[in-house]
Amino acid sequence: MAHAASGPGPAFATGPADAAGGLDPAASSGYADHPPRMGFFTDTSVCIGCKACEVACKEWNAVPADGLDLTGMSYDNTGALGASTWRHVAFIEQPAPAVPDSVLPDPGGPIAGGDGVRWLMSSDVCKHCTEAACLDVCPTGALLRTEFGTVVVQDDVCNGCGYCVSACPFGVIGRRESDGGAHKCTLCYDRLGDGLTPACAKACPTESIQFGPLDELRERAAGRVTELHEAGVSDARLYGADPADGIGGAGAFFLLLDEPEVYGLPPDPVVTTRDLPRIWRHAATAAASLAVAAILSGAWRRP
Amino acid sequence: MTARTRRGGREAREASMVPPAEFQSYYGRPVLKEPVWAAPDVPGYLFFGGLAGASSALAAAAGFAGRPELARAAKTAAAGAISLSAVALVRDLGRPARFLNMLRVFKPTSPMSVGSWLLAAYGPAAGAAAASAVTGRLPRIGRAATATAAALGPAVAAYTAALLSDTAVPAWHEAHRELPYLFVGSAATAAGGLGLVLVPPERAEPARRLALLGAAGELLAKSLLIRRLGPAARPYQSGRAGDLMQAGEVLTASGLAAAALGGRSRVLAMAAGTMLVTASALTRFGVFHAGRESARDPGYTIGPQRDRIRQQQGRDTP
Ligand code: SF4
Repeated sequence: MAHAASGPGPAFATGPADAAGGLDPAASSGYADHPPRMGFFTDTSVCIGCKACEVACKEWNAVPADGLDLTGMSYDNTGALGASTWRHVAFIEQPAPAVPDSVLPDPGGPIAGGDGVRWLMSSDVCKHCTEAACLDVCPTGALLRTEFGTVVVQDDVCNGCGYCVSACPFGVIGRRESDGGAHKCTLCYDRLGDGLTPACAKACPTESIQFGPLDELRERAAGRVTELHEAGVSDARLYGADPADGIGGAGAFFLLLDEPEVYGLPPDPVVTTRDLPRIWRHAATAAASLAVAAILSGAWRRP
Repeated sequence: MTARTRRGGREAREASMVPPAEFQSYYGRPVLKEPVWAAPDVPGYLFFGGLAGASSALAAAAGFAGRPELARAAKTAAAGAISLSAVALVRDLGRPARFLNMLRVFKPTSPMSVGSWLLAAYGPAAGAAAASAVTGRLPRIGRAATATAAALGPAVAAYTAALLSDTAVPAWHEAHRELPYLFVGSAATAAGGLGLVLVPPERAEPARRLALLGAAGELLAKSLLIRRLGPAARPYQSGRAGDLMQAGEVLTASGLAAAALGGRSRVLAMAAGTMLVTASALTRFGVFHAGRESARDPGYTIGPQRDRIRQQQGRDTP
């Protein structure tokens, strides 16, 4: 993996804008001339739950096994994203709303059978946030913004402090027991450098995972939502596609068929660093109060 | 995701009246990762950092008040505590050998980076101040080190609150207004308390005063935190964290009373000091566990975010 020099990252939400009016993360991290911002559009309405993405990711990135757990959560025995799980397919079985299934692949798509039950399946991944909390709080500069606008960990710099783990509003990044370092999806930074598609998108048989320049993906996603709405799937909505949201828009965004929390996603995440100026102000005032308290305590000299 | 709306003023107070209603989740699993930071290392790091920072401030105050014995004790306490704090921090790293990578960059967006630089400046100053005070050597360097440590000490005691608040952990982030005051109060309580343990009360007035001010500040900050956060403060009130916070509060109040009324009794002063030091540690452990609990329960993540969306929608469609 190529290691670019790591800078402090975007301080707060200021910097050059991209075409859609959002922040251009690569430019605000100091890349003067950079390729377009690349990302994922995960269209969960065509996911069939095959987990090819999970397997391809593990294989390509040589991510170690993290044990088999029979969770009892439908077909999901992976559980959650983490240090050794960079793609995670969620399975939800719920009562099916009255929706024509003509627009969705059949069988096996989200609307299955006539038993009144539908399956929601969604392949989750790091959001590659425009305003990335993990990157902001990293004290070593191990977390890095790439020229593609993605967020990666430089394994040879990370000292395993774990700050990013508590900062990510999506619970994506984790610290691996075996090597003590933080790990997460790199959006296949090594493959991108060679002009290749990330492993998960390449392996996805239904094009549920689409990879490309973020501008194009956002356009395509908006079209897909309109198509689904016209076909009567009124629950279809985009998640993470809006540059005005609490993380400045995600580099990896989703089309969902139910509320985000049903898929284990936070409904309205906000990057913690937006409050940091306020946090520092209170900390400074508190420090000053302690100094004043000490001065008061020593103010009466011995008679 | 809906566009972000800031919670503040009236809006936040209204929101805090709404109990976290029924929420949907993915098999009840947490949305966030539980902090990988472990007890006793990380709460210990918070406690010893606070004890050190406030002790340095106390040492300077004692010097000014003409109490060299207390000044020497506080300087020694500061040097010992900051060493323990640094050890606890390094022990909690996944890759302790790479500790120095903390000083590879300076990032104001990372309280841990700011804190590492702060410790790099403060630690040696606290050490030199103690060494000079104990050996009586190099008094001029000792005075400069004492002043430096006293100037940086309050920042050392306060930045750890920013460190916890600058996360997605609900109980820590939501409390970002009160946590720094709670932490410096707890730091002053510990430093003053230790002064009372180490030095006879008739020669430790500054320690007693600092302990009283700190304990009062700590109790006040905690009650403000509970009040403003409403249902979001529940992690501080229930379970293991609730027990720790409660025990801390009782000991703080008892220690405060004993220190205020103890007069010249050495025994009472030592009891008061012991209670106050213990109370400060309990509070740090309580805050630490409250955060972990709030990250583990998806309701604390999803509930307030849902409320925010509901309020936003309410505004959009009057
Ligand atoms: S989803 Fe989490 S780990 Fe991924 S970029 Fe955003 S903050 Fe970082």
